[in-house]
Amino acid sequence: MTRSNIILLAIVVAIAALPMFGGPYALRLGTMACMYAILALSWNVVGGLAGYPSFATAAFFGFGAYTCGVLLSRGMSMAFAVPIAGIASFFVAALLGAALLRLRGHYFAIASLSLIEVFRELVNNATDLTGGGMGLNIPLGAGSAVMADATFYFLSMWGVLLATALMVIIVGGSKLGFGLACIRQNETAANMIGLNATLYKSVAFGLSACFVGAAGGIYAAWVHYIDPSDVFDILYSVKPIVMALIGGLGSPLGVLLGAFVYLGLEEVVWRNYIQIHSGVLGVLIVILLLFLPHGLMSIRSRLLAWRPKHV
Amino acid sequence: MLAAQVLINALVLGCLYACIAIGFSLVWGVLNVINLIHGSFIVLGAYLAWGLYQSLHLSPWYALVVAAPLFFCLGYIVQRIILNRVITAPVLVTLTLTFGLDLILNNAMIYFFKADYRKLTLSPPMGSISLFGVVVPVDRLLATAFALALTGILYLILRRLKVGRAIVAVRLDRDAAVLMGVNVKSIYAIAFGLGAALAGCAGVLMALIFPISPLTSSAYLGKAFVVCVLGGLGSVSGALAGGILLALIEGIGSATIGPAHATTLSFVLLIVFLILRPQGLLGRKGFE
Repeated sequence: MTRSNIILLAIVVAIAALPMFGGPYALRLGTMACMYAILALSWNVVGGLAGYPSFATAAFFGFGAYTCGVLLSRGMSMAFAVPIAGIASFFVAALLGAALLRLRGHYFAIASLSLIEVFRELVNNATDLTGGGMGLNIPLGAGSAVMADATFYFLSMWGVLLATALMVIIVGGSKLGFGLACIRQNETAANMIGLNATLYKSVAFGLSACFVGAAGGIYAAWVHYIDPSDVFDILYSVKPIVMALIGGLGSPLGVLLGAFVYLGLEEVVWRNYIQIHSGVLGVLIVILLLFLPHGLMSIRSRLLAWRPKHV
Repeated sequence: MLAAQVLINALVLGCLYACIAIGFSLVWGVLNVINLIHGSFIVLGAYLAWGLYQSLHLSPWYALVVAAPLFFCLGYIVQRIILNRVITAPVLVTLTLTFGLDLILNNAMIYFFKADYRKLTLSPPMGSISLFGVVVPVDRLLATAFALALTGILYLILRRLKVGRAIVAVRLDRDAAVLMGVNVKSIYAIAFGLGAALAGCAGVLMALIFPISPLTSSAYLGKAFVVCVLGGLGSVSGALAGGILLALIEGIGSATIGPAHATTLSFVLLIVFLILRPQGLLGRKGFE
């Protein structure tokens, strides 16, 4: 295991100590931090490793949220509903990926964006199952006290984050990760030497959706009410990309830190500029892409050495 | 009779869809950028028409004349100052950047105009004509005519003017165009400006027909996606064919399986088209 992966795991494990000294607000922030980290790390599998510009995160987040939400409102317990949401997301994404990942570049980006739209409209119209545009009310969990509730959802989200981090580390060191790197660099050549690119890409897409779906499920149980425009928000697709760009594409540790930095910025902006928060987010994105295209991790190497850039 | 009405509605709406999509298609084809601000430009154009009508009682037909140069300048500046810096970056960067710009513009519109739905109502109303039981509102018909005219103007610019030929040349082969002495940077900015101007004009026309709100921008953008993919990228005739096809599918879908499913249908079709025929109806392969 590389040093950065050890640091990654250490950070994730350290986060678990939060309930020991944090209040409900800290736990809420911690839950969000875990959720963002899950989304960003998952996106990194297909966006960073395989180099496919996927905007489909929100589609699987919403899919997981609704799968879990519907199961919970039918009386299933969370211990079953969340894993089912994750597994269902994996298979749906892997199947869709087998078709969609044949597209490249702009066409893939458009197709993955449209996936959000299709899922949202399907949920909107399946009123009997999902409540349609009225949204879905999810029964309160077993917990009664504020603190116990907050701790429970924090730990659930943290568990999924730990699983995601392990998945990312295992994929990074495995044949799958190597194959994805080959696909990123030159897919045609990877195909030529006998790499089953379609299978690799589909599995990567499935893995990147699996934990996002589970996170969506916990989110649904956590907020108790979801509606299509909330969970199928395109921002859930763009935020992980921004986090990954903040941290630097490809490195899981950078992506994790990017998620935390992003959450900090978002919290400050939300608190102070509620009316213009999305505009401020836009300014942040533009500045980031124009001046720091390789992420915060690149500042250090830039300061240390003034080498000419490879183009 | 219902069939005829559906057909006429689709033709009218299809030309407007083409007008929405054509600027988007131009920018995608020439700059290789998926321009997510397009929807917000359209809404801004609609607000311009609405504002001019409210304050100066200026008819939307004249607002077109105001909107085109204004939006051209806006687009030119945005491209030159911001987008040009990342124009060679991969799609992830350019797409996210235009998304950021869209967030800024959309938030600014919500801040200044509020998210309330508004409507530009002409007084006196222009009424409607009815022929063999098929009813068409006159303002909608006029908007369609103007949309067709705008499409025609773009076609003429690309065909006849020197700058238009240069735009087409850059789209076909950027490197060869550079060797022929085309200033690619300026062509990029002009193409983006043209795209913005078309979006602004489309917005002015939309103001007559649909309610105006910053929240509608993503719906316009979605239409632009679908039309571009259906018709093929970067060609005027492709956008027209794609627009009419989309309107037909939506019209027939609404009439048969219900209007709630029309959007789903169009996006499913988009994905199917992307997989089976990514070059679109009229596109040629290897043209992206």
